[in-house]
Amino acid sequence: MTDALREGTGVHLDGLVCRFGMTTALDGFSLDVAPGEFVALLGPSGCGKTTALRTLAGFETPAEGRVYVGGVDITSTAAQKRDMGMVFQSYSLFPNMSAIDNVAFGLQLRRVNGTDRKRRAGELLELVGLSSHATKYPHQLSGGQQQRVALARAIAIEPQVLLLDEPLSALDAKVRAELRDEIRFLQRRLNITTLFVTHDQEEALSMADRVCVMSNGKAEQIAAPATLYSRPSTAFVAEFVGVTSRIKASRSGEQVVVFDKSIKIRDDAGISSVNDVDVLLRPEDISVTASSTGLGIVTHTSFRGADTRLEVGVGGDTVRVDISSSISTQFPVGERVNLEVTAKDVLVSARR
Amino acid sequence: MATAVRRLKPGRAVLLLLSLIYFVLPIYASLQFSLENVQGGFTWSAIRAIPSQPGLAGSVWLSTRIGIVTMIILMLLVVPTVIYVHLRLPGMKRTMEIITLLPIVIPPIVLILGVLDATPLGLKASPYLLSLVYVVLALPFVYRSLAAGLDALDLRTLEEAAKSLGSGALRTIRFVILPNLRSSLLSAVVLSLALVLGEFTMASLDLWQTLPVWIVNFSGSDPHISTAVAMLSLLGTWALLALVVFLDRSHSRRLRKGLVQ
Repeated sequence: MTDALREGTGVHLDGLVCRFGMTTALDGFSLDVAPGEFVALLGPSGCGKTTALRTLAGFETPAEGRVYVGGVDITSTAAQKRDMGMVFQSYSLFPNMSAIDNVAFGLQLRRVNGTDRKRRAGELLELVGLSSHATKYPHQLSGGQQQRVALARAIAIEPQVLLLDEPLSALDAKVRAELRDEIRFLQRRLNITTLFVTHDQEEALSMADRVCVMSNGKAEQIAAPATLYSRPSTAFVAEFVGVTSRIKASRSGEQVVVFDKSIKIRDDAGISSVNDVDVLLRPEDISVTASSTGLGIVTHTSFRGADTRLEVGVGGDTVRVDISSSISTQFPVGERVNLEVTAKDVLVSARR
Repeated sequence: MATAVRRLKPGRAVLLLLSLIYFVLPIYASLQFSLENVQGGFTWSAIRAIPSQPGLAGSVWLSTRIGIVTMIILMLLVVPTVIYVHLRLPGMKRTMEIITLLPIVIPPIVLILGVLDATPLGLKASPYLLSLVYVVLALPFVYRSLAAGLDALDLRTLEEAAKSLGSGALRTIRFVILPNLRSSLLSAVVLSLALVLGEFTMASLDLWQTLPVWIVNFSGSDPHISTAVAMLSLLGTWALLALVVFLDRSHSRRLRKGLVQ
């Protein structure tokens, strides 16, 4: 069963509102996930990403809005009838069951007979590379192994949707990177519609087909990782994903003047009447040249392998620029430099 | 590598010795008294006379019945309650703890007189009224033991994991929660059983000749034999405790070896 490419099931979250006492965790959150798609929910803690996932799982009931899976409204369906495989942040294996019994538990509940159950659970353990640990108990497994078993257990029930709630955040960096690739590989191979919650942008950008950046219970932008990075639609997304420098600038109509040069405004997010704005720039949008009459002064350099990041002070703002490490000796701290925006258009935001 | 046997420091040795004396001396004295004839010599006669004592078998059987009924009520009542509170009303945990401590604070004599005063006549004629009271008496031990077991689990995550796999509340309790409460359940059972088998005040005021009541009553006619019985019941309780420890250990050993399905 594990190799068959399945249809996958679409998910549609429509205007979800979820409140806990005075706090509004979801504030009209909507999201469409295509069958077989891998979507990451990314945002700072408290943005509502976990609540969105838990609402889809059936662990939270939305005050408003509907949840559709495969076109069926399941808003009021009990969690245990939703057919969703879930992997949790904290280790959630049943301590009284061995690895294989954990994986087989969902099948046991579905009244799959003993032999089939063991065989399928065994196949899944093999899929996550833990065949030799089948009879071990959770306390005998490492964190990474436990999360692999949890993944196998979630997949075992052939869920309509796979829900991953920060499954990697309790693991150390090396295991995290391995498991990240494995999850992606399995998800593609089994073609399971997957929702993945994380606060780690690298995880989201490297794993997901599309990333939904959330803030204050709403979706800020839902886009493919490359689009999200290169064309952030809001200042929040620009600053949350990747590195962004804010530079004070004044606009004139469709143009904004940055470093004495006029550049087209990409999207002014409804602040067209304001003239004093901040321009948001990525390190790679800016080029730097040494110049004794330059506007900026290098205030800090940090070596990052192939690249070196410069921090340049310009009129009270700090601009971060990446240069090749091979030329970094040309830009010692205290050096006067000229900056130029190389991007063809820029994002502006209300001045902070 | 550290040496396997650590040397006992003198201060600690003294403390250990004192506490040993404190606990062992009364038991030793009772043991000696029950194995002593009128002249102060050694004899098995008190022990040998035990089986033929009038009323003893009846009182043991009565205590056993009351104990079993108490256990059943406790398990049916307290286990679901503790699980429910921990799962659904975690805010109530403190309140529950305080409530379950009340039986320790209220003197047994107050409790039983109140109960006897309030009980309808029909129930008063049954020895199982004592079971009902013992349930209250054992509440602190059972509740605490189970609560500690539940606190050691990440209950919410386990429940949600089970739920996402399609398990309803009952099956989650049966397959996930209860198996993980094994040790707590065992210790709750033993603690409360020991309590029930040794309780005197209430049984005596309710006019039932349970084992402790029989021992006290009989000590007037033959103190040697009644002390011997007390010693045996102590040994019985220890045997019970040892059995639980053994069951628990062998289970976790089999768990480690992966023999338990």
